[in-house]
Amino acid sequence: MDFALIGRIWPFFAEAAWVTIEVSMLAIILGLILGFAAALASLSRNVLLRWPARAYVSVFRGTPALIQLFLLYFGGPQIGINLGPFEAGVIGLGINIGAYMCETIRGAILSVDKGQTEAGRCLGLGQAQVMRRVILPQAARMMVRPLGVNAIALIKGSAIVSTISVLELSYTAHRYISSTYKPFEMFILASIFYLAIVTVFSFGVKKIDERVALES
Amino acid sequence: MNEPIVKIRGLKKNFGSLQVLKGIDMDIDQGQIFALIGASGSGKSTLLRTINQLEEVTEGEIWFDGELVNQKLPHRQREAHLNRLRQNIGMVFQHFNLFPHLTAIENVTMAPLMLGRVNKAEAIEQAKKLLDKVGLSDRGDYYPSKLSGGQKQRVAIARSLAMNPKLMLFDEVTSALDPELVGEVNRVMKALAEEDMTMIIVTHDLRFAEDVSDHVIFMADGLVVEEGPPSLVFRAPQEDRTKSFLQQVFND
Ligand SMILES: Nc1ncnc2c1ncn2[C@@H]1O[C@H](COP(=O)(O)OP(=O)(O)OP(=O)(O)O)[C@@H](O)[C@H]1O
Ligand SMILES: [Mg+2]
Repeated sequence: MDFALIGRIWPFFAEAAWVTIEVSMLAIILGLILGFAAALASLSRNVLLRWPARAYVSVFRGTPALIQLFLLYFGGPQIGINLGPFEAGVIGLGINIGAYMCETIRGAILSVDKGQTEAGRCLGLGQAQVMRRVILPQAARMMVRPLGVNAIALIKGSAIVSTISVLELSYTAHRYISSTYKPFEMFILASIFYLAIVTVFSFGVKKIDERVALES
Repeated sequence: MNEPIVKIRGLKKNFGSLQVLKGIDMDIDQGQIFALIGASGSGKSTLLRTINQLEEVTEGEIWFDGELVNQKLPHRQREAHLNRLRQNIGMVFQHFNLFPHLTAIENVTMAPLMLGRVNKAEAIEQAKKLLDKVGLSDRGDYYPSKLSGGQKQRVAIARSLAMNPKLMLFDEVTSALDPELVGEVNRVMKALAEEDMTMIIVTHDLRFAEDVSDHVIFMADGLVVEEGPPSLVFRAPQEDRTKSFLQQVFND
């Protein structure tokens, strides 16, 4: 282990880790928005909403994220979508994780007891009112942890955006390997940063989960 | 003579190929207390649930307060029609179905507030009165998970009453309770009956049915087999099926 080398270059990895965090957090936010919209659409009685939502989930869970990313970044310009690496990374990852989050959110909504909907409707509330005030608050509690699992998978999976030259952790590790020929140190260093990010994030998810579980 | 508040004609209900209600006729006058009894699977819950359209009807008519409940309407209009209708029909379930993320008082105020019936202060005042009425004035800030079964069911009754319904439907509301908690819920229903609320009570508790109702309906296999005042149906049943049902239940 070349600790002197690690001591010298870790600040560059820290900077790259920040890019990983930015890409991941933006993708998670995009994924949550898409996931929520798709989950609600997939539960709608309108096929014009339901069908596209199901198609979205099947396509983006059924094909490799790497191919989706390449399609967007390399194939995009052919159909007039010109994105920089960072934007393409965020959008590509976000759309992909949104499909998984859709299933998580949908599952949580469906797991709320049917009697809750009946009780709400029996009081004369409409379907949307029941969804908003009865079902979603209960489903939200159940989705925190599984959405956390989705999000952590995304943080680790964000390494694939190195292939479209986003200057994040994995890309930086590769870059320093070619100048130092020390892959062992570089990958260990990158791993430490990933582990740190995931650990902090998991802690945050746990806190949110405890917070929402508190009242009731 | 006033029109009955609930009028059911030729009601049939199929679940797939299974016919659960086979032609029910019923008239309920304002202020009447109906007890619906019968063996498990005879269709009592289904009948109750068609009245507020938790179950759709296969054939026949249900009238409530002069309005055809099961009218054929386009989706949006039907939803609006049902929402309006259900605001006047309270329902209490076997498993309470309280909203677990809301306190007792929030359970009671939610619907009147969301539907813009009252402002916040009025809603809270009314909810306090209702909780007091069901004997839970000191439990308003409790979440359902902190209440006993009997207390939950009384909150559920208060929640329904908050909409000032003209009709209350009770589906075996004491069946999930420990025996020692049945009385407190029955007392609340009894008090409500004495205030002239129109009620349909599905129950396996025949003593309570006899005590509270003024009309008993005995159902078997999706049909009304026998009906009449409790003194007749319970003390002098005419039909063999009623006799054997009563014998079975009272021998348990
Ligand atoms: N959603 C449903 N789909 C299919 N069959 C159903 C459904 N709901 C009820 N049934 C069937 O309809 C019949 C009548 O059921 P219902 O719940 O109305 O009986 P019940 O008299 O309330 O019985 P219990 O005393 O057990 O509550 C039963 O055979 C039941 O299995
Ligand atoms: Mg039943």
